Amino acid sequence: MLELAMGIMLGLLGLGAGCAMIAGIGPGIGEGNAVAKACEAIGRQPECKSDVTSTMIMGCAIAETTGLYGLIVAILLIFVAPGTFTGILKDAIK
Amino acid sequence: MKSRRFRMVDYGLIAMMILPILACIVLKVLFTPAGEGVQIAGALVYVEIPAPVMNLYISESQVNSWAVMISILGLCLYLTHGLTAKAVTRRQLIAEWLVEKSEKLVKDNMGGFFAEWGPFIAAIMGLSAFSSLICLVGLFSPTGDVNVTFGWAILVFFLIMFYKFRGGFWNYFKGLFKPIPVFAPMNLIGEIATPVSMAFRHYGNILSGAVISALIGSALTGLSKSLLGALPGILGDIPLLRVGLPAVLSIYFDVFSGVMQAFIFAMLTMLNVAGAVPWDAWNARRKKRNKPEIQNTAA
Repeated sequence: MLELAMGIMLGLLGLGAGCAMIAGIGPGIGEGNAVAKACEAIGRQPECKSDVTSTMIMGCAIAETTGLYGLIVAILLIFVAPGTFTGILKDAIK
Repeated sequence: MKSRRFRMVDYGLIAMMILPILACIVLKVLFTPAGEGVQIAGALVYVEIPAPVMNLYISESQVNSWAVMISILGLCLYLTHGLTAKAVTRRQLIAEWLVEKSEKLVKDNMGGFFAEWGPFIAAIMGLSAFSSLICLVGLFSPTGDVNVTFGWAILVFFLIMFYKFRGGFWNYFKGLFKPIPVFAPMNLIGEIATPVSMAFRHYGNILSGAVISALIGSALTGLSKSLLGALPGILGDIPLLRVGLPAVLSIYFDVFSGVMQAFIFAMLTMLNVAGAVPWDAWNARRKKRNKPEIQNTAA
């Protein structure tokens, strides 16, 4: 009984972690857009390349935040949650 | 010609840079439990001190960040050792370049009122960058531990709050209910979200790099075991495919991402603190007390 419950729990945690990483789509699209616009800007005004590049990297790093939240949730689900839930399961089944 | 004493101090300072890192490596080797292959684990806990509310853990991330601090102190002392009025030595040129760059960065981004903030911003940037880069010698990055980055972010949060209250508490309190009172909870969350997002951004970037490096390492170990496992003798046991590729990937995940995040953290600190000052309200308050008006000269 405990083994079955543990298996279902671990599987669902893995599934949840995978679902959490759907958050990676947003920053991908956003950063792609930002880099495309930066390329256009550099093509139009090559003399301000360094300014555009530094601003773009700054913006990309900030746009990454939402994806990183998803990553942190996924990492919590994989590495931290099993330890917590195993104790709860054992108590419940006993 | 350098005197004998000068050179001895130099050697001492170089030892001050290197020895803490070596001590950390020795400590890590002594405390790491025996295990197989590449493992993804958090910081090792070295000592647990009993305390009334919650036990105090002295973990790898704290010890490593102390070592980084001592190393950076040694580096700074080494660069400024034997300064002369006219720069003749290489190290003095490097030190002057660093100081000028950090002061210019602060002045460009925060304005003339914050001109003295150069050392603080440079300290944040240096500590963050070296903490991330320490994983190149095989140690755990202190910035890969959420407690460390959260500590820095809370420090920045206090600075932001200090400057926000400069316009008076009532002025700040009224600002929470703008543009309409319904927005108050959202404004409050927005205040708290600043340090949380700063801490999680730094932590997540470094941690994701470490996790991906570990995953690639274990994948390549398995691959070489199945492909080259049939080789005779000891050749079959060495994961030959792990040579090279992880090093190339670590240029992005460890070096670029670590230095980037240090820059971003310092940049966000500067922008948040400089943007938090309510100039009009502050000057109105100063006028009431017959103090001179403050102007933040733009870059």
